Amino acid sequence: MKEKYFQEQIDAERKVEPKDWMPDDYRKHLIRQMSQHAHSEVIGMQPEGNWITRAPSLRAKMILLAKVQDEAGHGLYLYSATETLGISREELVQQLHEEKAKYSSIFNYPTLSWADMGAIGWLVDGAAIVNQVSLQRTSYGPYSRAMIKICKEESFHQRQGYEIMAEMAKGTAEQKAMAQDALNRFWWPSIMMFGPQDSSSPRTGNAMKWKIKRQTNDELRQSFIDKTVEQAEVIGLTIPDSDLNWNEDRGHYDFGEMDWEEFWNVVNGNGPCNKQRLAHHKKAHDEGEWVRNAAKEYAKKQELVLN
Amino acid sequence: MKLEMAENATVWEVFIQSKNGLAHKHVGNVHASDKIMALENARELYTRRNEGSCIWVVKSSEIVSSETEDNEAFFDPSNDKIYRHPTFYTMPEGSKHI
Amino acid sequence: MSNLFKYTLRIADRSLILGQRMSEWCSKGPTLEEDIAMSNIALDLFGQANGFYEYAAQIDGKKSTDDLAFKRNEREFFNHQLSEQENGNFGTTTVRNFLHDTFNFLFYTELISSKDETLAALAAKSIKEVKYHLRHSTNWLIRLGDGTEESNLKVQKALDFLWQYTGEFFEMDEIDYEILDLEIGVDNKKIKEKWDKMINNSLKEAKLKRPVDGYMATGSKKGIHTEHLGFLLAEMQFLPRAYPNAKW
Repeated sequence: MKEKYFQEQIDAERKVEPKDWMPDDYRKHLIRQMSQHAHSEVIGMQPEGNWITRAPSLRAKMILLAKVQDEAGHGLYLYSATETLGISREELVQQLHEEKAKYSSIFNYPTLSWADMGAIGWLVDGAAIVNQVSLQRTSYGPYSRAMIKICKEESFHQRQGYEIMAEMAKGTAEQKAMAQDALNRFWWPSIMMFGPQDSSSPRTGNAMKWKIKRQTNDELRQSFIDKTVEQAEVIGLTIPDSDLNWNEDRGHYDFGEMDWEEFWNVVNGNGPCNKQRLAHHKKAHDEGEWVRNAAKEYAKKQELVLN
Repeated sequence: MKLEMAENATVWEVFIQSKNGLAHKHVGNVHASDKIMALENARELYTRRNEGSCIWVVKSSEIVSSETEDNEAFFDPSNDKIYRHPTFYTMPEGSKHI
Repeated sequence: MSNLFKYTLRIADRSLILGQRMSEWCSKGPTLEEDIAMSNIALDLFGQANGFYEYAAQIDGKKSTDDLAFKRNEREFFNHQLSEQENGNFGTTTVRNFLHDTFNFLFYTELISSKDETLAALAAKSIKEVKYHLRHSTNWLIRLGDGTEESNLKVQKALDFLWQYTGEFFEMDEIDYEILDLEIGVDNKKIKEKWDKMINNSLKEAKLKRPVDGYMATGSKKGIHTEHLGFLLAEMQFLPRAYPNAKW
């Protein structure tokens, strides 16, 4: 009875709000998806934060810092939205540390040159935007509202990254080589951000039925590739996929086979930076404990003074 | 696992008046251990340096909510809290992942 | 190099170097909220530095703001030695920033009345941000000083160590006096009394002991720094120096 009413609301494009009844699986799915989205924003601060102190101009430094700060903000919006489902941030962080929750695999790749800042902005944020625009219409109210806020802020990030790549591509020979190298390393991991193919994705069925997800992995991936190929051509860089080819019949680009071994390896914890990213996050958390305790203690003392 | 007051912070709901003459609007929440920190965190996260905005922060536990329409028939009347944040509820010993 | 140019650089360098230190906190803060707050502070500082570098570049006529930030050597920087001190733990950072912010707030308050319109305008623009930084660092000083026993010990230790760098705030050399005589600059000695009052009030509320004045570090006005600055600049300036013909 409740299930039927719930599904009717979903089908009628009504938003589900925190106090509404919802199937247990719907709640669990959302907690998983939203918290992993939040974790991704926060872990993502590391590979990009890596280059703030080495940015090659004052303007570049400020832009990058503002971008990474935006990402922290997005993490906060998403943690807040996840908490409305009945779980605390502390518990979510614990899940991350115990590797019970994941984050986007792209952040398990290292940032080796300044050009990586361009590649990440252009490709990684580009891919995220494709996904996030779609999620603006997700059925859970707080998630949808967080996505709308995030999308407003996200478009700058991609443009900034693309600008870095464009400038380097027309700069010195060394700069152009650096940019091409960054593209070579980040192209496939960016494509992998859209997850497994629909045929191997177990949760897609429910996610689509409950309108948590509005488009499938393959649809989103195709959309991203179609947009990005032309962007690369405009700035004179080559996408490292020899099978990339415009298919007139489909009206889309055909593209090469992803390295699924690499994909599953990184997802399962065996990527270049998996251990390092988690260790960094744990360290910051542990080293901050005395600060959080002090703040709590101070607040307690203040309450006693007032009462 | 007994989940009481969140380990280090209280949750505060944030309301912003973006321009003189407009009503305050709910924008989300922040974690903070005292009210000054709550205001500052709210400013950092939700106004991004917009001068002239007025910010209200209220402890989430202080907010009283009405029942959502149409729902009486479909679930037991719950507490009037605005959402199911665990800081409002004491979980039984031994319960996990809740 | 004119004295006005050097005077302006001193102000710009303080903000740049402290901004660089604050930007090192990115993704390492004790809470995500504080991470954002510290990044915001870093952004403000870079913005202030940029403003003063633009003026300095104008005075010089040949160098750009990036030339000034990225192509000067350790002995050509004029920030206080305090600005370049390492972040350490959140307590050390809080104390360092608190000491810097109290001085800077009073300095800009005076600079607003400068006869040099540009410096006055830059000070007026920056003071809102500096007020916010001062409130932020003071509030944290109090939370940590009057928090747990552990936090009190940590910040007291940081205060005892960093105190030696506060002497430089109130030094006046021939450049300072020349710029002051032109009614452009600030009398750092005049600020000291107000600074002492502010510091004493905040330390009292934070349940911290004011260190006794002992050895005071000196030399930054002549480009003498601590060993930290070399490492900081090596990291910050690497790319433009490695690719001298590149535009970014």
